[in-house]
Amino acid sequence: MSRSRKGPGGVDARLLIKDAAGLLPDPARRAFLRGGASFGALALLSGCDIIDGSSAERALMQVSHFNDRVQAWLFRPDKLAPTYSDADVTRPFPFNGYYPEDDAPEVDGEDYKFLVGGLVENKKSWTLNELYALPQETQITRLVCVEGWSAIGKWTGAPLREFLRRVGADLRAKYVWFRCAEGYSTSIDMATALHPQTQMTFQFDGQTLPRKYGFPMRVRIPTKLGFKNPKYVMEMAVTDKYLGGYWEDQGYNWFSGN
Amino acid sequence: MTTDAIHSRAPPGAPAARDPIHPIWVRVAHWINVVAMAVMIGSGWEIYNASPLFWFAFPPAITLGGWLAGALLWHFAAMWVLAVNGLVYLVLGIATGRFRHMLVPLRAADVLADAKRAFSGTLSHDDLSVYNAVQKLLYLGVLVAGVVMVLSGISIWKPVQLQELTRMFGGYDAARYVHFFAMAAIVGFLLVHVIMTLLVPKSLRAMIMGR
Repeated sequence: MSRSRKGPGGVDARLLIKDAAGLLPDPARRAFLRGGASFGALALLSGCDIIDGSSAERALMQVSHFNDRVQAWLFRPDKLAPTYSDADVTRPFPFNGYYPEDDAPEVDGEDYKFLVGGLVENKKSWTLNELYALPQETQITRLVCVEGWSAIGKWTGAPLREFLRRVGADLRAKYVWFRCAEGYSTSIDMATALHPQTQMTFQFDGQTLPRKYGFPMRVRIPTKLGFKNPKYVMEMAVTDKYLGGYWEDQGYNWFSGN
Repeated sequence: MTTDAIHSRAPPGAPAARDPIHPIWVRVAHWINVVAMAVMIGSGWEIYNASPLFWFAFPPAITLGGWLAGALLWHFAAMWVLAVNGLVYLVLGIATGRFRHMLVPLRAADVLADAKRAFSGTLSHDDLSVYNAVQKLLYLGVLVAGVVMVLSGISIWKPVQLQELTRMFGGYDAARYVHFFAMAAIVGFLLVHVIMTLLVPKSLRAMIMGR
Protein backbone atom coordinates (compact mmCIF):
# COMPACT_ATOMS: atom_id res chain seq x y z
CA MET A 1 0.00 0.00 0.00
CA SER A 2 1.16 3.57 -0.62
CA ARG A 3 2.34 5.52 2.36
CA SER A 4 0.82 8.74 3.51
CA ARG A 5 2.54 11.79 2.09
CA LYS A 6 1.87 13.92 5.07
CA GLY A 7 3.72 16.63 6.93
CA PRO A 8 2.74 17.53 10.45
CA GLY A 9 -0.72 19.05 10.65
CA GLY A 10 -3.31 19.15 7.88
CA VAL A 11 -5.44 16.47 6.36
CA ASP A 12 -4.51 13.72 3.97
CA ALA A 13 -7.05 13.91 1.17
CA ARG A 14 -6.36 10.38 -0.02
CA LEU A 15 -7.08 8.90 3.39
CA LEU A 16 -10.27 10.89 3.70
CA ILE A 17 -11.49 9.74 0.31
CA LYS A 18 -10.70 6.13 1.17
CA ASP A 19 -12.47 6.43 4.44
CA ALA A 20 -15.48 8.16 2.89
CA ALA A 21 -15.81 5.36 0.37
CA GLY A 22 -15.50 2.55 2.83
CA LEU A 23 -16.75 3.63 6.13
CA LEU A 24 -19.08 6.56 6.06
CA PRO A 25 -22.81 6.04 5.68
CA ASP A 26 -24.30 6.29 2.18
CA PRO A 27 -22.75 9.55 0.90
CA ALA A 28 -25.98 10.34 -0.90
CA ARG A 29 -27.75 10.59 2.46
CA ARG A 30 -24.91 11.41 4.88
CA ALA A 31 -27.18 10.21 7.62
CA PHE A 32 -26.26 8.33 10.78
CA LEU A 33 -28.83 5.63 10.24
CA ARG A 34 -28.65 3.20 7.35
CA GLY A 35 -30.51 0.30 5.95
CA GLY A 36 -34.03 1.10 7.13
CA ALA A 37 -35.44 -1.71 5.05
CA SER A 38 -33.19 -4.15 6.85
CA PHE A 39 -35.48 -4.49 9.84
CA GLY A 40 -38.43 -6.40 8.42
CA ALA A 41 -41.38 -5.91 10.74
CA LEU A 42 -40.90 -2.21 11.44
CA ALA A 43 -40.44 -1.53 7.73
CA LEU A 44 -44.07 -2.54 7.34
CA LEU A 45 -45.08 0.66 9.12
CA SER A 46 -45.49 2.33 5.74
CA GLY A 47 -45.85 6.05 5.95
CA CYS A 48 -44.38 6.09 9.45
CA ASP A 49 -40.79 6.19 8.22
CA ILE A 50 -39.64 5.41 11.72
CA ILE A 51 -36.27 3.89 10.92
CA ASP A 52 -35.12 6.04 8.07
CA GLY A 53 -35.65 9.72 8.16
CA SER A 54 -34.05 12.65 9.84
CA SER A 55 -36.61 12.84 12.66
CA ALA A 56 -35.63 9.41 13.95
CA GLU A 57 -31.99 10.40 13.68
CA ARG A 58 -32.56 13.69 15.50
CA ALA A 59 -34.45 11.93 18.29
CA LEU A 60 -31.73 9.33 18.70
CA MET A 61 -29.02 12.01 18.78
CA GLN A 62 -30.96 13.88 21.44
CA VAL A 63 -31.01 10.73 23.56
CA SER A 64 -27.26 10.41 22.93
CA HIS A 65 -26.78 13.96 24.25
CA PHE A 66 -28.90 13.06 27.27
CA ASN A 67 -26.68 10.01 27.78
CA ASP A 68 -23.67 12.37 27.78
CA ARG A 69 -25.17 14.11 30.81
CA VAL A 70 -25.97 10.82 32.54
CA GLN A 71 -22.40 9.61 31.97
CA ALA A 72 -20.94 12.87 33.26
CA TRP A 73 -23.04 12.39 36.39
CA LEU A 74 -21.84 8.76 36.74
CA PHE A 75 -18.18 9.74 36.30
CA ARG A 76 -16.22 9.77 39.54
CA PRO A 77 -12.99 11.80 39.32
CA ASP A 78 -11.28 9.60 41.90
CA LYS A 79 -12.38 6.22 40.53
CA LEU A 80 -9.36 4.54 38.96
CA ALA A 81 -9.58 2.13 36.06
CA PRO A 82 -8.52 -1.37 37.13
CA THR A 83 -4.82 -2.05 36.63
CA TYR A 84 -3.11 -5.28 35.69
CA SER A 85 0.27 -6.97 35.83
CA ASP A 86 2.86 -7.10 33.06
CA ALA A 87 1.95 -10.72 32.36
CA ASP A 88 -1.60 -9.62 31.49
CA VAL A 89 -0.50 -7.36 28.64
CA THR A 90 -1.98 -8.42 25.29
CA ARG A 91 0.99 -9.29 23.10
CA PRO A 92 0.87 -8.61 20.21
CA PHE A 93 -1.29 -5.57 20.93
CA PRO A 94 -3.74 -5.00 18.09
CA PHE A 95 -3.42 -2.13 15.60
CA ASN A 96 -6.73 -0.39 15.03
CA GLY A 97 -7.71 2.53 12.85
CA TYR A 98 -10.03 3.57 10.07
CA TYR A 99 -7.26 2.88 7.57
CA PRO A 100 -4.88 -0.05 7.16
CA GLU A 101 -1.66 -0.08 9.19
CA ASP A 102 0.47 0.82 6.14
CA ASP A 103 -1.45 4.08 5.79
CA ALA A 104 -0.85 5.20 9.38
CA PRO A 105 0.75 8.64 9.54
CA GLU A 106 4.54 8.82 9.71
CA VAL A 107 5.36 11.82 11.86
CA ASP A 108 8.91 13.15 11.89
CA GLY A 109 9.96 13.31 15.54
CA GLU A 110 12.78 15.77 14.82
CA ASP A 111 10.48 18.36 13.26
CA TYR A 112 7.61 17.68 15.63
CA LYS A 113 6.11 20.61 17.49
CA PHE A 114 3.18 19.94 19.80
CA LEU A 115 0.89 22.97 19.53
CA VAL A 116 -0.99 24.24 22.60
CA GLY A 117 -3.83 26.72 22.29
CA GLY A 118 -7.19 27.96 23.49
CA LEU A 119 -7.84 28.91 27.11
CA VAL A 120 -4.24 28.53 28.36
CA GLU A 121 -1.72 31.08 29.63
CA ASN A 122 1.35 29.65 27.91
CA LYS A 123 0.86 28.84 24.22
CA LYS A 124 4.45 27.89 23.47
CA SER A 125 4.84 24.77 21.36
CA TRP A 126 6.73 21.73 22.70
CA THR A 127 9.43 19.60 21.08
CA LEU A 128 9.54 15.88 21.74
CA ASN A 129 12.59 16.22 23.96
CA GLU A 130 10.84 18.84 26.06
CA LEU A 131 7.83 16.55 26.42
CA TYR A 132 10.02 13.55 27.26
CA ALA A 133 11.56 15.60 30.10
CA LEU A 134 8.20 15.79 31.89
CA PRO A 135 7.72 13.45 34.88
CA GLN A 136 6.28 10.18 33.60
CA GLU A 137 4.14 7.34 34.94
CA THR A 138 3.32 3.87 33.67
CA GLN A 139 -0.10 2.27 33.62
CA ILE A 140 -1.20 -1.23 32.65
CA THR A 141 -4.88 -0.85 31.86
CA ARG A 142 -7.60 -2.24 29.60
CA LEU A 143 -8.36 -0.49 26.33
CA VAL A 144 -12.02 -1.09 25.41
CA CYS A 145 -13.00 -0.52 21.79
CA VAL A 146 -16.48 0.72 20.82
CA GLU A 147 -16.68 -2.44 18.71
CA GLY A 148 -16.71 -4.51 21.91
CA TRP A 149 -13.26 -6.10 22.01
CA SER A 150 -10.62 -5.06 24.49
CA ALA A 151 -6.87 -5.43 25.00
CA ILE A 152 -4.58 -4.78 27.97
CA GLY A 153 -1.64 -2.49 27.26
CA LYS A 154 1.21 -0.75 29.04
CA TRP A 155 1.41 2.99 28.43
CA THR A 156 4.05 5.36 29.82
CA GLY A 157 3.79 9.12 29.74
CA ALA A 158 3.05 12.38 31.49
CA PRO A 159 -0.27 12.89 33.28
CA LEU A 160 -2.33 15.33 31.22
CA ARG A 161 -3.56 17.16 34.32
CA GLU A 162 0.01 18.05 35.29
CA PHE A 163 0.63 19.36 31.77
CA LEU A 164 -2.57 21.40 31.86
CA ARG A 165 -1.46 22.99 35.14
CA ARG A 166 2.00 23.64 33.73
CA VAL A 167 0.66 25.57 30.72
CA GLY A 168 -1.78 27.51 32.89
CA ALA A 169 -4.91 26.01 31.38
CA ASP A 170 -8.26 27.30 32.59
CA LEU A 171 -9.36 24.20 34.51
CA ARG A 172 -12.92 25.49 34.67
CA ALA A 173 -13.18 25.31 30.88
CA LYS A 174 -15.46 22.59 29.53
CA TYR A 175 -13.40 20.75 26.93
CA VAL A 176 -9.95 19.69 25.84
CA TRP A 177 -9.65 19.05 22.09
CA PHE A 178 -6.99 17.15 20.18
CA ARG A 179 -6.05 17.23 16.50
CA CYS A 180 -4.06 14.40 14.92
CA ALA A 181 -1.64 14.10 12.02
CA GLU A 182 -4.05 12.46 9.57
CA GLY A 183 -6.97 14.76 10.36
CA TYR A 184 -8.49 12.71 13.15
CA SER A 185 -9.78 14.67 16.12
CA THR A 186 -11.61 14.20 19.37
CA SER A 187 -12.55 16.24 22.41
CA ILE A 188 -13.08 15.30 26.03
CA ASP A 189 -14.69 16.80 29.10
CA MET A 190 -12.40 18.67 31.51
CA ALA A 191 -13.25 16.30 34.38
CA THR A 192 -11.84 13.38 32.39
CA ALA A 193 -8.83 15.46 31.27
CA LEU A 194 -8.01 15.96 34.97
CA HIS A 195 -8.41 12.28 35.86
CA PRO A 196 -5.17 10.87 37.31
CA GLN A 197 -4.89 8.15 34.66
CA THR A 198 -5.38 10.44 31.64
CA GLN A 199 -1.95 10.47 30.07
CA MET A 200 0.12 12.04 27.29
CA THR A 201 1.70 8.76 26.22
CA PHE A 202 5.20 8.53 24.75
CA GLN A 203 6.02 4.84 25.30
CA PHE A 204 4.21 1.60 24.76
CA ASP A 205 5.25 -1.62 26.50
CA GLY A 206 8.54 -0.08 27.55
CA GLN A 207 9.56 1.16 24.07
CA THR A 208 9.21 4.49 22.33
CA LEU A 209 5.61 4.62 21.08
CA PRO A 210 5.79 2.94 17.67
CA ARG A 211 4.10 4.32 14.58
CA LYS A 212 1.30 1.76 14.72
CA TYR A 213 0.32 2.79 18.26
CA GLY A 214 0.48 6.54 17.66
CA PHE A 215 4.02 7.97 17.43
CA PRO A 216 4.94 10.49 18.68
CA MET A 217 2.12 10.92 21.19
CA ARG A 218 -1.15 9.25 22.10
CA VAL A 219 -3.56 10.54 24.70
CA ARG A 220 -4.40 7.48 26.78
CA ILE A 221 -7.73 7.71 28.61
CA PRO A 222 -8.64 4.41 30.32
CA THR A 223 -11.95 5.93 31.47
CA LYS A 224 -13.11 6.27 27.84
CA LEU A 225 -13.51 4.04 24.79
CA GLY A 226 -10.54 3.57 22.47
CA PHE A 227 -11.64 6.01 19.78
CA LYS A 228 -11.48 8.76 22.41
CA ASN A 229 -7.76 7.93 22.92
CA PRO A 230 -6.30 9.86 19.95
CA LYS A 231 -3.05 8.84 18.28
CA TYR A 232 -0.50 10.97 16.33
CA VAL A 233 -1.56 13.99 18.39
CA MET A 234 -0.24 17.24 16.92
CA GLU A 235 -2.23 19.90 18.72
CA MET A 236 -4.30 20.49 21.84
CA ALA A 237 -6.75 23.25 22.68
CA VAL A 238 -8.67 24.04 25.86
CA THR A 239 -12.08 25.39 24.91
CA ASP A 240 -15.57 26.19 26.13
CA LYS A 241 -16.85 25.48 22.63
CA TYR A 242 -17.99 21.99 21.71
CA LEU A 243 -15.81 20.77 18.85
CA GLY A 244 -16.98 17.17 18.52
CA GLY A 245 -14.60 14.78 16.84
CA TYR A 246 -14.08 12.50 13.85
CA TRP A 247 -16.35 9.66 14.98
CA GLU A 248 -18.57 11.76 17.24
CA ASP A 249 -19.64 13.90 14.28
CA GLN A 250 -20.76 10.71 12.53
CA GLY A 251 -23.09 9.62 15.30
CA TYR A 252 -20.93 7.92 17.90
CA ASN A 253 -21.62 9.03 21.47
CA TRP A 254 -19.40 11.94 22.50
CA PHE A 255 -18.81 11.15 26.20
CA SER A 256 -18.21 7.41 25.60
CA GLY A 257 -17.08 6.84 29.15
CA ASN A 258 -16.10 3.50 30.60
CA MET B 1 -74.81 0.12 39.77
CA THR B 2 -73.67 -3.46 39.94
CA THR B 3 -73.84 -5.90 42.79
CA ASP B 4 -71.28 -8.24 41.27
CA ALA B 5 -68.50 -7.03 43.53
CA ILE B 6 -70.63 -7.52 46.62
CA HIS B 7 -71.72 -11.05 45.68
CA SER B 8 -68.33 -12.17 44.30
CA ARG B 9 -67.09 -15.38 45.92
CA ALA B 10 -63.43 -14.81 45.00
CA PRO B 11 -60.96 -15.32 47.88
CA PRO B 12 -59.50 -12.11 49.33
CA GLY B 13 -56.46 -10.85 47.37
CA ALA B 14 -57.50 -12.60 44.16
CA PRO B 15 -59.17 -10.74 41.27
CA ALA B 16 -62.97 -10.93 41.22
CA ALA B 17 -64.60 -13.07 38.54
CA ARG B 18 -65.38 -10.08 36.32
CA ASP B 19 -61.86 -8.64 36.43
CA PRO B 20 -59.77 -8.93 33.27
CA ILE B 21 -57.29 -11.80 33.05
CA HIS B 22 -54.57 -9.25 32.29
CA PRO B 23 -55.12 -5.84 33.91
CA ILE B 24 -54.50 -2.78 31.75
CA TRP B 25 -51.07 -2.09 33.28
CA VAL B 26 -49.91 -5.63 32.40
CA ARG B 27 -51.06 -5.23 28.81
CA VAL B 28 -49.51 -1.78 28.35
CA ALA B 29 -46.21 -2.89 29.89
CA HIS B 30 -46.25 -6.02 27.75
CA TRP B 31 -46.60 -4.27 24.41
CA ILE B 32 -44.15 -1.51 25.27
CA ASN B 33 -41.76 -4.30 26.15
CA VAL B 34 -42.32 -6.01 22.81
CA VAL B 35 -41.15 -2.90 20.98
CA ALA B 36 -38.30 -2.16 23.39
CA MET B 37 -37.02 -5.74 23.25
CA ALA B 38 -37.23 -5.87 19.46
CA VAL B 39 -35.05 -2.76 19.25
CA MET B 40 -32.63 -3.99 21.91
CA ILE B 41 -32.19 -7.39 20.29
CA GLY B 42 -32.00 -6.12 16.70
CA SER B 43 -29.52 -3.40 17.54
CA GLY B 44 -27.70 -5.74 19.90
CA TRP B 45 -27.12 -8.19 17.07
CA GLU B 46 -25.67 -5.40 14.93
CA ILE B 47 -23.34 -4.43 17.80
CA TYR B 48 -22.32 -8.09 18.17
CA ASN B 49 -21.44 -8.16 14.47
CA ALA B 50 -18.84 -5.41 15.02
CA SER B 51 -16.77 -7.85 17.07
CA PRO B 52 -18.38 -11.30 17.06
CA LEU B 53 -17.83 -13.57 20.05
CA PHE B 54 -18.26 -16.67 17.91
CA TRP B 55 -17.71 -17.84 14.36
CA PHE B 56 -21.03 -16.45 13.11
CA ALA B 57 -22.55 -13.02 12.46
CA PHE B 58 -26.24 -12.08 12.38
CA PRO B 59 -27.64 -11.45 8.87
CA PRO B 60 -28.15 -7.71 8.19
CA ALA B 61 -31.81 -8.31 7.36
CA ILE B 62 -32.58 -8.97 11.02
CA THR B 63 -30.32 -6.35 12.58
CA LEU B 64 -31.17 -2.73 13.33
CA GLY B 65 -29.09 0.38 12.76
CA GLY B 66 -27.30 -0.24 9.48
CA TRP B 67 -23.85 0.13 11.00
CA LEU B 68 -22.28 0.20 14.47
CA ALA B 69 -23.00 3.88 15.15
CA GLY B 70 -26.67 3.50 14.23
CA ALA B 71 -27.00 0.31 16.26
CA LEU B 72 -25.47 1.94 19.33
CA LEU B 73 -27.83 4.92 19.04
CA TRP B 74 -30.84 2.59 18.99
CA HIS B 75 -29.45 0.39 21.78
CA PHE B 76 -28.71 3.24 24.19
CA ALA B 77 -32.08 4.86 23.49
CA ALA B 78 -34.30 1.80 23.83
CA MET B 79 -32.48 0.77 27.01
CA TRP B 80 -34.27 3.61 28.81
CA VAL B 81 -37.68 2.41 27.63
CA LEU B 82 -36.84 -1.16 28.56
CA ALA B 83 -35.54 -0.21 32.00
CA VAL B 84 -38.27 2.23 33.00
CA ASN B 85 -41.07 0.05 31.67
CA GLY B 86 -39.51 -3.03 33.23
CA LEU B 87 -39.12 -1.34 36.58
CA VAL B 88 -42.75 -0.12 36.58
CA TYR B 89 -43.90 -3.64 35.68
CA LEU B 90 -41.80 -5.25 38.44
CA VAL B 91 -42.94 -2.76 41.08
CA LEU B 92 -46.61 -3.12 40.16
CA GLY B 93 -46.30 -6.88 39.88
CA ILE B 94 -45.04 -7.06 43.43
CA ALA B 95 -47.20 -4.28 44.92
CA THR B 96 -50.50 -5.53 43.47
CA GLY B 97 -49.77 -9.10 44.53
CA ARG B 98 -50.01 -10.28 40.93
CA PHE B 99 -46.64 -12.10 40.93
CA ARG B 100 -47.55 -13.81 44.20
CA HIS B 101 -50.93 -14.81 42.77
CA MET B 102 -49.85 -15.91 39.30
CA LEU B 103 -46.26 -17.12 39.48
CA VAL B 104 -45.93 -18.89 42.83
CA PRO B 105 -45.85 -21.49 44.16
CA LEU B 106 -43.63 -23.19 41.61
CA ARG B 107 -42.85 -26.83 42.36
CA ALA B 108 -40.45 -29.05 40.38
CA ALA B 109 -42.91 -31.94 40.45
CA ASP B 110 -45.61 -29.72 38.90
CA VAL B 111 -43.19 -28.55 36.20
CA LEU B 112 -42.34 -32.13 35.26
CA ALA B 113 -45.97 -33.21 35.24
CA ASP B 114 -47.14 -30.23 33.17
CA ALA B 115 -44.20 -30.58 30.78
CA LYS B 116 -45.18 -34.18 30.15
CA ARG B 117 -48.76 -33.10 29.49
CA ALA B 118 -47.54 -30.31 27.20
CA PHE B 119 -45.52 -32.66 25.03
CA SER B 120 -48.33 -35.20 24.88
CA GLY B 121 -50.78 -32.47 23.89
CA THR B 122 -52.95 -32.90 26.98
CA LEU B 123 -52.08 -29.68 28.79
CA SER B 124 -55.28 -27.64 29.13
CA HIS B 125 -55.41 -23.96 28.22
CA ASP B 126 -59.08 -23.49 29.14
CA ASP B 127 -58.53 -21.09 32.02
CA LEU B 128 -56.11 -18.36 31.01
CA SER B 129 -56.30 -16.78 34.45
CA VAL B 130 -54.29 -19.65 35.95
CA TYR B 131 -50.77 -20.34 34.74
CA ASN B 132 -49.61 -23.94 34.50
CA ALA B 133 -46.26 -24.85 36.04
CA VAL B 134 -44.38 -24.65 32.74
CA GLN B 135 -45.71 -21.14 32.18
CA LYS B 136 -44.71 -20.11 35.70
CA LEU B 137 -41.21 -21.45 35.16
CA LEU B 138 -40.79 -19.67 31.83
CA TYR B 139 -42.25 -16.37 32.98
CA LEU B 140 -40.12 -16.36 36.12
CA GLY B 141 -37.15 -17.43 34.04
CA VAL B 142 -37.51 -14.63 31.51
CA LEU B 143 -37.81 -12.10 34.34
CA VAL B 144 -34.51 -13.37 35.77
CA ALA B 145 -32.94 -13.39 32.31
CA GLY B 146 -34.13 -9.81 31.79
CA VAL B 147 -32.52 -8.64 35.02
CA VAL B 148 -29.26 -10.43 34.10
CA MET B 149 -29.48 -8.86 30.64
CA VAL B 150 -29.72 -5.35 32.05
CA LEU B 151 -27.06 -5.78 34.74
CA SER B 152 -24.56 -7.46 32.41
CA GLY B 153 -25.20 -4.79 29.80
CA ILE B 154 -24.55 -2.00 32.27
CA SER B 155 -21.37 -3.77 33.41
CA ILE B 156 -20.08 -3.82 29.81
CA TRP B 157 -21.05 -0.18 29.35
CA LYS B 158 -19.31 0.98 32.55
CA PRO B 159 -16.44 -1.42 33.33
CA VAL B 160 -14.56 1.38 35.15
CA GLN B 161 -17.28 3.40 36.89
CA LEU B 162 -19.14 0.20 37.91
CA GLN B 163 -16.10 -2.10 38.04
CA GLU B 164 -17.46 -3.94 41.09
CA LEU B 165 -20.51 -4.98 39.06
CA THR B 166 -18.33 -5.98 36.11
CA ARG B 167 -16.17 -8.05 38.45
CA MET B 168 -19.31 -9.86 39.67
CA PHE B 169 -19.76 -11.18 36.14
CA GLY B 170 -16.14 -12.32 35.96
CA GLY B 171 -14.63 -9.24 34.34
CA TYR B 172 -15.25 -7.36 31.09
CA ASP B 173 -14.73 -10.26 28.66
CA ALA B 174 -16.85 -12.69 30.69
CA ALA B 175 -19.61 -10.09 31.03
CA ARG B 176 -19.87 -9.94 27.22
CA TYR B 177 -20.54 -13.67 27.16
CA VAL B 178 -23.09 -13.42 30.00
CA HIS B 179 -24.86 -10.67 28.02
CA PHE B 180 -24.92 -12.88 24.94
CA PHE B 181 -26.20 -16.01 26.70
CA ALA B 182 -28.92 -14.09 28.54
CA MET B 183 -30.01 -12.79 25.13
CA ALA B 184 -30.02 -16.36 23.79
CA ALA B 185 -32.20 -17.45 26.72
CA ILE B 186 -34.62 -14.60 26.07
CA VAL B 187 -34.76 -15.34 22.34
CA GLY B 188 -35.40 -19.00 23.18
CA PHE B 189 -38.24 -17.92 25.46
CA LEU B 190 -39.63 -15.67 22.71
CA LEU B 191 -39.76 -18.52 20.22
CA VAL B 192 -41.74 -20.72 22.62
CA HIS B 193 -43.90 -17.81 23.75
CA VAL B 194 -44.86 -16.66 20.26
CA ILE B 195 -45.53 -20.21 19.07
CA MET B 196 -47.79 -20.80 22.07
CA THR B 197 -49.80 -17.63 21.43
CA LEU B 198 -50.31 -18.79 17.87
CA LEU B 199 -51.40 -22.25 19.07
CA VAL B 200 -53.75 -20.71 21.66
CA PRO B 201 -55.03 -17.56 19.90
CA LYS B 202 -57.36 -16.56 22.73
CA SER B 203 -54.23 -15.87 24.80
CA LEU B 204 -53.16 -13.21 22.31
CA ARG B 205 -56.62 -11.69 22.46
CA ALA B 206 -56.47 -11.69 26.24
CA MET B 207 -53.20 -9.72 26.18
CA ILE B 208 -54.87 -7.10 23.97
CA MET B 209 -58.46 -7.01 25.25
CA GLY B 210 -57.84 -8.19 28.80
CA ARG B 211 -59.92 -11.33 28.56
